[in-house]
Amino acid sequence: MSRIDTTFAQLKQQQRKALIPFITAGDPSQQLTVPLMHGLVAAGADVLELGVPFSDPMADGPTIQRASERALKNGMSLRGVLGMVAEFRKQDAATPVVLMGYGNPIEAMGWEIFAQRCAEVGVDGVLTVDFPPEESHEAFEHLQRHNIAPIFLLAPTTNEERIENVAKLARGYVYYVSLKGVTGAGNLDLSAIEQKLPQLRKHIKLPIGVGFGIRDAETARAVSKLCDGVVVGSRIVQEIENSNENNVVANVGKLVKELRQAIDQ
Amino acid sequence: MSYNYPDSSGHFEQFGGIYMAETLIPAVEELRQQYLRFRDDPEFKAEFAYELKHYVGRPSPIYHAKRLSDSLGGAQIYLKREDLNHTGAHKINNAIGQALLAKRMGKKRVIAETGAGMHGVATATVAARFGMECIVYMGAEDIQRQAPNVFRMKLLGATVVPVESGSKTLKDACNEAIRDWVTNVENTFYIFGTAAGPHPYPMMVRDFQCVIGNEARVQMPEMIGRQPDAVIACVGGGSNAIGLFYPYIEEKNVQIIGVEAGGHGIASGSHAAPLTGNAKVGVLHGNKVYLMQDENGQIIETHSISAGLDYPGVGPEHCLLKDLGRAQYVAINDDEALAAFDSLCRFEGIIPALESSHALAHAIKIAPGMGKDKVLLVNLSGRGDKDMNTVARIKGITL
Repeated sequence: MSRIDTTFAQLKQQQRKALIPFITAGDPSQQLTVPLMHGLVAAGADVLELGVPFSDPMADGPTIQRASERALKNGMSLRGVLGMVAEFRKQDAATPVVLMGYGNPIEAMGWEIFAQRCAEVGVDGVLTVDFPPEESHEAFEHLQRHNIAPIFLLAPTTNEERIENVAKLARGYVYYVSLKGVTGAGNLDLSAIEQKLPQLRKHIKLPIGVGFGIRDAETARAVSKLCDGVVVGSRIVQEIENSNENNVVANVGKLVKELRQAIDQ
Repeated sequence: MSYNYPDSSGHFEQFGGIYMAETLIPAVEELRQQYLRFRDDPEFKAEFAYELKHYVGRPSPIYHAKRLSDSLGGAQIYLKREDLNHTGAHKINNAIGQALLAKRMGKKRVIAETGAGMHGVATATVAARFGMECIVYMGAEDIQRQAPNVFRMKLLGATVVPVESGSKTLKDACNEAIRDWVTNVENTFYIFGTAAGPHPYPMMVRDFQCVIGNEARVQMPEMIGRQPDAVIACVGGGSNAIGLFYPYIEEKNVQIIGVEAGGHGIASGSHAAPLTGNAKVGVLHGNKVYLMQDENGQIIETHSISAGLDYPGVGPEHCLLKDLGRAQYVAINDDEALAAFDSLCRFEGIIPALESSHALAHAIKIAPGMGKDKVLLVNLSGRGDKDMNTVARIKGITL
């Protein structure tokens, strides 16, 4: 059983929901990413989404755009991100790590080498925002060979036929984008999520995580009641942006603890 | 016809595709279905033809640049005068086509990205013409370079949003327009300006721009009794070029030459010529194309004197035509383009856009080595009024 499957199975047994924080690798500095990852786990994160920075993050709002710019300025590359996961795994063999980003850095490395490296360093899943199932044949083939889960996005605009198709291809969990917009947007609509989920559940037997626009503990709690996991990105990245290198791990830990408590209530 | 691209999934062999976030995939799919439905609809075709004739002023003439040709002593240079279109460039052909589609799809809000501002002006124009709300995203750097076009868009009732992220040029304007689209996907039509992006845009924009080449194929025999020896156009994303080239693909005796922006020279690395500079294949803005990037797959900043060519990628069909060897791609540097700009002003009384000056510069470069009976057809894709500030600054003149 993969780390992602094990994690969700345990959570289900405990009747708890997954907390899935997102940070951008290399933000605020390369040195702080691994300590931040451990801090997230200590504060109650179940799965980590590690953002691979890209020069043109079309699906991201201003907060994560700025994080990507800072990370690239700090010399972050896909190779570097993989090295960080290897470093993280020295002390944490259990927490699933999912790389999230855009396809071109992976295309530049080559999917075959990338998938192999993911397996070597202990990456569990890969989410490429701009590679829909239609364009993911090559990616899927290589990820599958190395037992890396392809994580797919579903959106409010996704129709039933596409949901069925993703249900066949996806492994690990499925990421439902809670709103029409970019990451960190302010137009989250709980009742719309509630209405869409039965359609998703009809076809998708994997756990469903919901993200985009979850800005506080109360929203995280409300969303968690509807699904299997809550993804929080921009709010955490904002905390990183507002901290300095001495207090960033503590500040982010405090925020994630609040989210954890809210979800467990 | 043996050449038949894209395939049903929007691929030009390995290029093209629909590399978009899931939220936009249904929108792109709806657009594809609606476009295929209306493309052959007699009423749609008639309305498009009517607008091109009575609003744009088509057909655009072909002009023999005789004094310029004589000065070079070789091949005769003919110009396809897209600069004489309403709004001053070829961009209006595509903007009208997409606006007519938007109207049929019930979308009341249109958005666009723009580099030099010509596509922004064309979109603002058709939005006014058809009564639609219009938002244009433009890099902050380009807003500086192209101030007259910004004012034109505002006069036409459009909102111009400066984009401050990244290199603050065309690619960043694209990013921001995509972010708008993903947020307002239900009521918004993205009028994309070039023959790139996710399927069906490369095909649809090409089809709307093909009026250029289709007219030329009729006009050239009328003027000189035959087709030209070569057709030449500048290539940023490549919409004016594909519009001229596509109808000539099966005319095997006609050489096809695309001219990219060589900036400070290919060797300098400071250019916007992915095809000539042998860029690697990559994915950006919805399609797989030759793309200027570093070894880690990050998109690198490009340079061209012309804002409309200042883009790290190129349309997927040009990538294919390069690989097939059917078209040849070359680069013209900033200074060569400027010299061609001056030549056309002085010899023919025509002020070309800096983008089009690249295509012209290549014709000027090769004409002297060719016989006087040879004919080069250059797509004069736009007029140069918008470039007054840029050219004056380079010449050290304050306006």
